[in-house]
Amino acid sequence: MSGINDFVAKFATVNGSGSASANTIFAKTLFRMGIPVSPKNIFPSNIQGLPTWYEVRVSEAGYLARRDGIDLMVAMNPQTFKEDLAEVVPGGWLFYDSTMPRIWPRDDITVLGVPIAEMCAAKWSDTRQRQLFKNMVYVGALTALLDIDLEVLKGAVGDQLKGKEKLVAANMEAVALGREYALKHFDCPLPIKVRHAEGAKGKILVTGNEAAGLGAVYAGATVCAWYPITPSTSLAEGFEKHARRLRTTKEGRKLYGIVQAEDELAAIGVAIGGGWNGARSFTATSGPGISLMSEFLGLAYFAEVPVVLYNIQRGGPSTGMPTRTQQSDIISCAYASHGDTKHVLLFPKDPTECFSMGAQAFDLAERLQTPIIVMSDLDIGMNDWVTDAFTWDDKHVHDRGKVLTAEELDKFKELKGKDWGRYQDIDGDAVPYRTLPGTHPTKGAFFTRGTSHDENARYTEDGRIHARVLDRIRRKFDTAATLVPKPEITIRDKGGKTGLIYFGANTPAVHEALDALERDGIKVNALRIKAFPFTREIVSFCAMHERVFVVEQNRDAQMRSLLMTEANIPGEKLIPALSYDGTPMTAAFVRGAVTREVRPAQAAAE
Amino acid sequence: MSYIAKPSAHHPALPKNSLGLTRRDYEGTMSTLCAGCGHDSITAALIEACFEMDLPAHRIAKVSGIGCSSKAPTYFLSRSHGFNSVHGRMPSVTTGAAIANRDLVYIGVSGDGDTASIGLGQFCHAVRRRVNMTYIVMNNGCYGLTKGQFSATNDKTSPSKKGEANPFDAIDLAQMAIQLGAGFVARSFSGDKTQLIPLIKAAISYNGFAFLDVVSPCVTFNNHPTSTKSYDYVRAHNMASENKLDYVEPKEEITVDYAEGTSAAIAMHDGSRLILHKLGQQHDPRDPDAAIVAIRSNAAKGAVATGLLYINEQQQDMHDILATDARPLNALPMSELCPGSKALQGINARLS
Repeated sequence: MSGINDFVAKFATVNGSGSASANTIFAKTLFRMGIPVSPKNIFPSNIQGLPTWYEVRVSEAGYLARRDGIDLMVAMNPQTFKEDLAEVVPGGWLFYDSTMPRIWPRDDITVLGVPIAEMCAAKWSDTRQRQLFKNMVYVGALTALLDIDLEVLKGAVGDQLKGKEKLVAANMEAVALGREYALKHFDCPLPIKVRHAEGAKGKILVTGNEAAGLGAVYAGATVCAWYPITPSTSLAEGFEKHARRLRTTKEGRKLYGIVQAEDELAAIGVAIGGGWNGARSFTATSGPGISLMSEFLGLAYFAEVPVVLYNIQRGGPSTGMPTRTQQSDIISCAYASHGDTKHVLLFPKDPTECFSMGAQAFDLAERLQTPIIVMSDLDIGMNDWVTDAFTWDDKHVHDRGKVLTAEELDKFKELKGKDWGRYQDIDGDAVPYRTLPGTHPTKGAFFTRGTSHDENARYTEDGRIHARVLDRIRRKFDTAATLVPKPEITIRDKGGKTGLIYFGANTPAVHEALDALERDGIKVNALRIKAFPFTREIVSFCAMHERVFVVEQNRDAQMRSLLMTEANIPGEKLIPALSYDGTPMTAAFVRGAVTREVRPAQAAAE
Repeated sequence: MSYIAKPSAHHPALPKNSLGLTRRDYEGTMSTLCAGCGHDSITAALIEACFEMDLPAHRIAKVSGIGCSSKAPTYFLSRSHGFNSVHGRMPSVTTGAAIANRDLVYIGVSGDGDTASIGLGQFCHAVRRRVNMTYIVMNNGCYGLTKGQFSATNDKTSPSKKGEANPFDAIDLAQMAIQLGAGFVARSFSGDKTQLIPLIKAAISYNGFAFLDVVSPCVTFNNHPTSTKSYDYVRAHNMASENKLDYVEPKEEITVDYAEGTSAAIAMHDGSRLILHKLGQQHDPRDPDAAIVAIRSNAAKGAVATGLLYINEQQQDMHDILATDARPLNALPMSELCPGSKALQGINARLS
């Protein structure tokens, strides 16, 4: 199935050797040739010295999930030679630095040796250059082997090294060195090669974290507090990068405030303080941060303070696999904090949605006066995705929710027929009216607290009032269900009895698997969850189907549990399809999970 | 049920400040703390300070953590918004609120457990960030709400009511604040209104992080004869006479004639002045090292150095450091915050 514009190349290198930049240039060049690519950075929790891999799937058909089976291995790391060799598919290629020639114990693959270190030593005298340019030498050899457009590559190098023009020329020399060697010694191009295509035209190449940071800028967020944690760090950095450019006045004053907090507790505390005071505020973290932020999330839930939290999920439990991906914080986020709490979650599928769900998250937070958690993950957050260009509707009016001005406070009774009270349900949607500090000299002041309070925000130990307030806050979740984005449903088989529920980063794998299943004669209807609380569509989708696969990246089928608990879907109907090894999901996994259930005999034969 | 509203009726001849408000307008609900609690005296001093400074109450935000002290903000300034957050986290909530709106006055109220134990990290970082706030610790050396356990500020020499020894050294928050670079550090005693009220006023006028550690006896658990945080002990060992302080409003003339060498006037950002009467041993509050020496040498003698310990009038506050706009961020229109579709086209082009 591999061939022109359809293969997987993998780069095995050493962390901190400068390979990341060369690999990015490689992927960006193919993207700019119009070819859909999906680079996945598989990196250690380390700065220098440990093995790191960069997988690039090339798919003119636009299938961008990770795919097992490496067609071309660029094996630059002696530490991992053995496992890298094993990953190459029969008939595939292994490229390596043959300065120290080596016997590769496989006769079903083609080995391409280029004496890179030797060539670099002859060309450059500086040790650092010798090391760094090795990476561009293998990229150069690949331009010949894969028939990559040299001009497009040069543009990508220029972009990567903007402002360092001298370096561009030196890098292109390294490229030429590798290219010439390959042309001279190998039969170029290989049967797997690239050609200009249309699939990526009009798309952008960006990480989910940068997209989410930009989305927060467009959402009008002004307070950002964060604590460094992989894989969420680049989200706050993305916000700062774009805000600095787009939100600095001529006088050099910033229209935003960023605090790198002392820990996650402080990060969410700052965001809640900002939200309480009427600024759109957010923080970004990952699993361990969610655990630390839980107490504050309960406060924001109970005291009804708007705040947005991006959770860039990684492999748990505990410190787990900090540099691998998972969707394993669904339950901990849905019910974060002690006592009866429940939070609104959004599930973006790619960087484009990380951007658009940003504005949505802040609108929901202020409308519902509660924390909104955007559930991204390491795969979406830190990998470059070929994704739809960002769009913004200039007619969009940011929903600032029910915040009273001084005039509205003066006329409140006249307008609403009732006296204002911070936690009074005036409109029947369970969402009260709030006031900001400093609004009115004599009206609207109240005491925000995490202790039990009555409808007028006064401290209470009266159990009936406590229960009444909790009930109203629960009803607010019904309102949330009318406001959150509805699921995306794809019907392949009208009246069919097999359905599949998926969300987030699994989207490309599921779409590819459903196409493959359909070719196998198995038509499966699908629903992509975009938000919790679950909307009616999800309940009726489950009702329409006899069995529904729930595809997710965690051990305990957390989304399935949530569907059972919160949407009353019978458990026997929901078939878990679970992957939790920390690597992005593949279509083969999804196809296998469905086939095993639907056609056990076929699955066994395969 | 511990919410008790005060009757709104009051004597028609109560004195008014320049805003036409009486002291009653600066009060809160009825205190539910123990009768004689030092915290109530601090509350009264806060009310008096805000009244005398003619502060519009709605332009003040009160933020607290958890504990007896953190309940106190309900007992003053009922026209101000308040936020009783989670234990030890008042500093971060205040930081966020202050970033969102630089135009309000922030009064953070905390206790010794809230600040010196669970919230020690947040306290340090709020100092470090120079959050423009008045940070008051109502310091009684014990956990009141959980019935009298030692807190980290209790002196090693100070046993519990039942006579149990305190095995650990105390954390001195004022010393820490100076070392961390707080621009205004003072210590006072809840029973010394004449000293406390001008200090609160000065702390509120100070532009930057103002720290006020107020020894406030716990009448129920830490007011026995052997306690160093008791009324009797602090009265007997208060070294307040080192520096007597007057706070002079921006609008007031300095009418008192201070003899050269015995007093110093410190100008604040808002035009107000602090007049320090130097009596007894000399202490220059602009010298952080001298301030630490004063605290430590008094502590070695079993005394409590009170008054304005340290001030740096030149210090930048958090908004200077963050270079935020002069307008409150929470009041900026979306038209200035959302860059719009045109800017997005450029971003898309760079990413393609």
